[in-house]
Amino acid sequence: MIPIQAAAVPGAPSLKTASNLERVLAEGQFAVTAELGPPRGCDAASVRRKTQILKGWVHAANVTDNQAAVVRMSSIATGLLMIQEGLEPIIQMTCRDRNRLAMQSDLLGAAAHGVHNLLCLSGDHQSKGDHPGAKNVHDIDSIQLVAMVRTMRDENRYQNGKDIPGGGPCIFIGAAENPFADPAAMRPYRLRKKALAGADFIQTQLVYDVPRFREFMKKTVDLGVHEKVAILAGVGPLKSPGMARHLRENVPGMSVPEAFDTRMQAAVKGIDADDKQARTRAWREEGKRICVELIQEIREIEGVAGVHVMAIEWEDAVPEIVRAAGLSPQTAAQPQQ
Amino acid sequence: MSGDFQPDVVAFCCRHCAYAAADLAGGSRQSYPSAIKIVELPCTGRIDVVNVLHAFEDGADGVLIAGCLSGKCHYLKGNLYARQRVDYLRALLNEIGLDGERLRMVNISAAMGIRFAELAGEHVERVRSLGPNPLRRTTKQGAPA
Amino acid sequence: MIVAETKPLEAVARMVQGYDRVLAVGCGTCVTVCFSGGRKEVATLAASLRMKRGIEGKPLQVDEAIVQRQCEWEYIDPLADQVRQYDAVLSLGCGVGVQALAQRFPGTRVLPALDTLFMGMPSEQGVWEERCQACGACILDKTGGICPVSRCAKQLFNGPCGGSRNGRCEVDAQVLCAWHLIWERAEALGMTDALMELEPPKDWSTSRDGGPRRMLRDDLRVPREEEGDE
Repeated sequence: MIPIQAAAVPGAPSLKTASNLERVLAEGQFAVTAELGPPRGCDAASVRRKTQILKGWVHAANVTDNQAAVVRMSSIATGLLMIQEGLEPIIQMTCRDRNRLAMQSDLLGAAAHGVHNLLCLSGDHQSKGDHPGAKNVHDIDSIQLVAMVRTMRDENRYQNGKDIPGGGPCIFIGAAENPFADPAAMRPYRLRKKALAGADFIQTQLVYDVPRFREFMKKTVDLGVHEKVAILAGVGPLKSPGMARHLRENVPGMSVPEAFDTRMQAAVKGIDADDKQARTRAWREEGKRICVELIQEIREIEGVAGVHVMAIEWEDAVPEIVRAAGLSPQTAAQPQQ
Repeated sequence: MSGDFQPDVVAFCCRHCAYAAADLAGGSRQSYPSAIKIVELPCTGRIDVVNVLHAFEDGADGVLIAGCLSGKCHYLKGNLYARQRVDYLRALLNEIGLDGERLRMVNISAAMGIRFAELAGEHVERVRSLGPNPLRRTTKQGAPA
Repeated sequence: MIVAETKPLEAVARMVQGYDRVLAVGCGTCVTVCFSGGRKEVATLAASLRMKRGIEGKPLQVDEAIVQRQCEWEYIDPLADQVRQYDAVLSLGCGVGVQALAQRFPGTRVLPALDTLFMGMPSEQGVWEERCQACGACILDKTGGICPVSRCAKQLFNGPCGGSRNGRCEVDAQVLCAWHLIWERAEALGMTDALMELEPPKDWSTSRDGGPRRMLRDDLRVPREEEGDE
């Protein structure tokens, strides 16, 4: 596939792919991405509905790949539906379910259908999911996957070194990083490793602890990593004090300052304890408010090129957050074929 | 269950504490049931799982293991190892189809003659209420049921 | 050592339910030192089965034997006459031993009393942990002596993943994160630079993925008489 150059605009950056996300980042815009969760079944309508919610508010949207090791409609298939509806997908691919043959094969197919972005992940272990007895693959790991896709794109070669007839897929390559996971000291170095392997952009795990994230970014910037990869900070609205607690206690690397628990609890002051609807609404409003504040703080940090809004099973929240954070209407964009 | 059932209970006793206590009980006329058949060992830690299994296989209705008080084992940890093996055995006995309650471990010091007699008596009664070892009919010819 | 554990008694009993005379054979090597198939464990299993069946009213004769190693013909050949007298053989060897007995005594049912788990070692008394997956291409020189194939749940070569938490694996908090350990070891040995290099995809063809394996040593084979002189 031959990349579409933004040749019409003089002085425009030359791009590796036809990715809208790449173009936005290359132009120096603050990028906004979000997540679209595929359905558990074959229901295309739910994908179309979620796409319509997010369309126009984000530059591209991630589609998860059997997230939490629970079977869902495949990331690529869901992504194709999104393309039909006018939203650029970022396909996610874990190393858990596919060997290098299947990965290359799926990527060639995805590229043939107009997919431009890929996020490379290790994948949650299947023992936590709904098919704990499954064999896991892990033929290659996420960083090897990044390197493999880069080789396919820039050298037009398969992982085995042989030429890909007609040229390789033009994919904008992403990877994830969990800035506070253990061992914390080596996370910026791991990020650099991903950059050197060929990652074009990074999306981080949810950030609630801005001071700590600032430290992480400082180290990352000192290593010069931010110049090699575009770093998008992960943000997400809290739904309840319980969610804050759950994130802190159960998700590795999550640092959620207690101040947010306090704010969430305070949000329902004055509301009748039995009025569940009103309490939920109040919590969610506060959760969105906090998210907007975080975005505004984080975008000031050197090295941050955008945000990745993760509103899990709450795609409705994204347009409001993006608008309130002052990130629209520039986010409106049509995907390029 | 026949009222004439006289249980056989093998008591593995460590030389330094339990056996001495049993001796003291006997010497000071603190009677303990004749059902108790004492086997003297240097330490309860010497007991292997098979020793207890063979006792039951050979027709014992109950097994009592008597060792030193926790922290006072003459060989430091022998009684602690014995305790772990007893826990394992009680579960295994249940799987075999023998009630794990037939096996007990108690801890006493050499001076506790009265206590030995009490604990021995308690276990014999426990075993009596559980009834004869169901294997008796296959292992001992003509033994009363 | 090869680490195996005894199957639940109920499962073993089910395997021998149709038989009246069984020979339980232990192994004096790996399974003896991981306490699942040695002399004592054979005696324990044999007594347990005899008693269980006795209580059920269906007596089972379980005799006991042990060999130095079930995985070598010279040690199991002497069992031939004995094996003939039984309905089935209950092997307390690892999977290799069971198969060797089955191959040597094809007319006899050979049953596995153990579940073979992994190649590993006792990290402390009573606790055995997996250490080697026999991938056939050892890279322990690159990871400071800590194996990511056997000790990382995702077999990462450029780990850790984002699930590493307080040095523990996201899959099981009892399991140490292998890459956390590798990083710490690299720091102690001054080899962190090596970890910054991208480790390329592994060639899995030397591991189980390549098919059942064999190792040949022509220098050790029994020479054929026809070999001429120079």
